[in-house]
Order: sequence, then C-alpha cells, then structure tokens
Amino acid sequence: MNIDKKIVDDLVANDVSFVTTVPCKQLAGVIEEVDARENIFHIPSNKEDEGMGLCAGAFMGGKRPAIIMQNTAIGVTINTLATLTQFYRMPLPMIISYRGELREPVACQVEMAVHTKALLAQLNIPTYHFHWQDDVKELDNILKYTFMCNKPVAILTDANFWGGYGDQ
Amino acid sequence: MIRSEILKEIAPILNPHLVVCNIGLPSQELHMIDDNERNFYMLGTMGLSSSIGFGLALAQDKPVISIDGDGSVLTNLGTLPTIANNATGNYTLLIIDNGSYGSTGDQPTYAGMKTNLTDVARACGCENVIEVQDKDLGPILQQAIDSDEMTIIVCKCDSGNIKLPVITLDPVVIRHRFMEAVKA
Ligand SMILES: Cc1ncc(C[n+]2csc(CCOP(=O)(O)OP(=O)(O)O)c2C)c(N)n1
Ligand SMILES: [Mg+2]
Repeated sequence: MNIDKKIVDDLVANDVSFVTTVPCKQLAGVIEEVDARENIFHIPSNKEDEGMGLCAGAFMGGKRPAIIMQNTAIGVTINTLATLTQFYRMPLPMIISYRGELREPVACQVEMAVHTKALLAQLNIPTYHFHWQDDVKELDNILKYTFMCNKPVAILTDANFWGGYGDQ
Repeated sequence: MIRSEILKEIAPILNPHLVVCNIGLPSQELHMIDDNERNFYMLGTMGLSSSIGFGLALAQDKPVISIDGDGSVLTNLGTLPTIANNATGNYTLLIIDNGSYGSTGDQPTYAGMKTNLTDVARACGCENVIEVQDKDLGPILQQAIDSDEMTIIVCKCDSGNIKLPVITLDPVVIRHRFMEAVKA
C-alpha cells in the first residue's frame, strides 16, 4: 500500500479541496501527493497558525480544509485552535507527523513528543494515533467524524507508521 | 484621523462586501458603525485577519476585504509571502497603520518606527501595494475592490481610540450568519 496516495485519496473522497502544509521529513511524500492532485488547492503556509487561519477562511467560503504539519506545531497553534477553530466551531482535520516517538533519531523531537498528547487532551481535541500502516484504514472514518462534529481533530502519525525515519 | 473615523468614512464602501475584521477595537468599531451579516468579527487570534480573509477569497469568487492592523501584521508577517505568491484578484488587504497596538492602549509598534510595512509587503512579493494617508483612503479602497488585481493598502493614520463596549454576539452566530452571506 502506498500510504501517501491512500491518505490523499481519502481526503479527496471526503471532499477536502483546500490543504495547507508545513513540511516535515516524514510528510514529504504526502505533501508531494497533495500538490500533484488537481482537485486539491495546495497552499503552503509559513507558520501553522497562519495555515489554520487560511483553513478557517476556506471553510467559511464553502471548502473543506485540512492542515498537514508536524507535532511541534501544536506548540505554535494552541491559541488559534482555542480562539478560532474551536470558538467559532469549525472542522479541521490535522494530519500530524508525530516526531519524537519510537524509531525517532533526533533527540530534540522527543521534547515536544512528550507534551503532544497531553496538550491535545487538555484542548479536548479528539486524537488518533497511527502506529502501524494498517491504522490508515481509519482515516476515512476520522474525516467523516471531523466534518460531522465541526471540531479540530488530530491524527498523529509516527515514524513506525511511515516505515521508520532514520533506518528506512 | 484615528481608526474609528476612518471606519466611519469607509463603512458605505465596505457594506456590500465580505469583510474580515481584526481583533479588538477595530471589530468593536465596525460592529457599532455598521453591524451586518457580511462582517466577520474576530474576537481573538491576533494576527490572522489577513489569513482568514485570504482563505475565504481563495475559496469563492466574491470580493473579500481583510481589515488588519500594523501590530497584527507584524505578529503574522509570514502572511505576506503567502498572499503574494498565491494572489487572487478578489482580495484586498487593508492595513490600518496607526503605528501602535491600539486595542491595548496604543503602545508603539515597530511599524511606527523604522519598519515600513509598504516596503515589507513589496519585498515579500506583493505586486500592488499602495500607501495612502487616512483622508484619501475611500477612493483607493473602492478602486482596489473594483479592480481584478489583488491590492494591499497601507493606510497611515493617527493613534487613538474611542471607548466602546465589547462584542457580545456568540462566535457561532457571527460565523453562521457570515457563511449565509457568503452563500447568498
Ligand atoms: C497573542 C496575542 N497577543 C496579544 C494580544 C493583545 N492584543 C489584542 S489587540 C492587540 C493590538 C493589535 O494592534 P494592531 O493590529 O496594530 O491593531 P490596532 O488596534 O492598532 O488597530 C493586542 C496586542 C492578543 N490578543 N493576542
Ligand atoms: Mg495598530
């Protein structure tokens, strides 16, 4: 299974047509796939809170948005998640590379990894963790759930899910 | 002129259009001057007026005006390259540059010192950047909305605020009626 393609197929099948991204090494393939699709408008953002602003606007303009980012960005976006996405009750699937988990080669990444789930829990953000390739089968349901409840929803995807980071 | 005087003057120009308005006094003033369902009031999230308005302009065809502030643009400077590189003709960014963080008591911003937001916007790749003095804003804004080119307006004006109550509309109500106006 090509998980990059599967993820973007699920986005398209759920009418997601506006995607903003900030890169992570683990996300390179899925970002490339997003960029290649004609039915998705891909707009790279410079910072993830900016990206969430773009997504809020796109949603109010009638498009289904998504953001693809690294878990370190949870530290950047808490104010935006609380005062924009949640306060105005808007849906936002967040496909997040979960750095600093098993098979992580970069020690610094662990420092935000240990806070990631606690911060998401504190924000009452529904959170899913993809550890095995097969876990991606849940993505379609998660996207439907996100647009049903109009909430930001986190999908954490770790190095093991992507097939290893340093040793692939 | 101060921001509230400018907003009073341009309210009739803004009225038919979708407007995303910056946090704090700008939104409170617009709400007092001409509350309508085409206004999206930001109740928080300093810095994202330009991003929200730009996302909206990219997602549909109606003209969109983001009313922003110098301090808020400085806090989200990354917005200018994104806007420049994905330009859409139905978008106008109006930066009310009073050289201060008005809503929090007019503490000076760097835009009122050495930093020139007009030059910054141009350096970020924005092609159509107009700096204008407060009293001359009306016709420039009308032209920007009417034209097929995306425009960034930096409106230089005085610091200063009027006393106003906060907006008590529920955010979901603001968002819902705004989305209905987008669809109308
Ligand atoms: C993250 C964050 N920091 C600080 C504030 C407080 N704050 C609210 S509005 C504002 C000033 C904004 O200044 P500007 O964008 O220039 O608008 P003006 O009021 O001058 O028109 C500040 C500092 C905030 N809301 N959020
Ligand atoms: Mg200001």
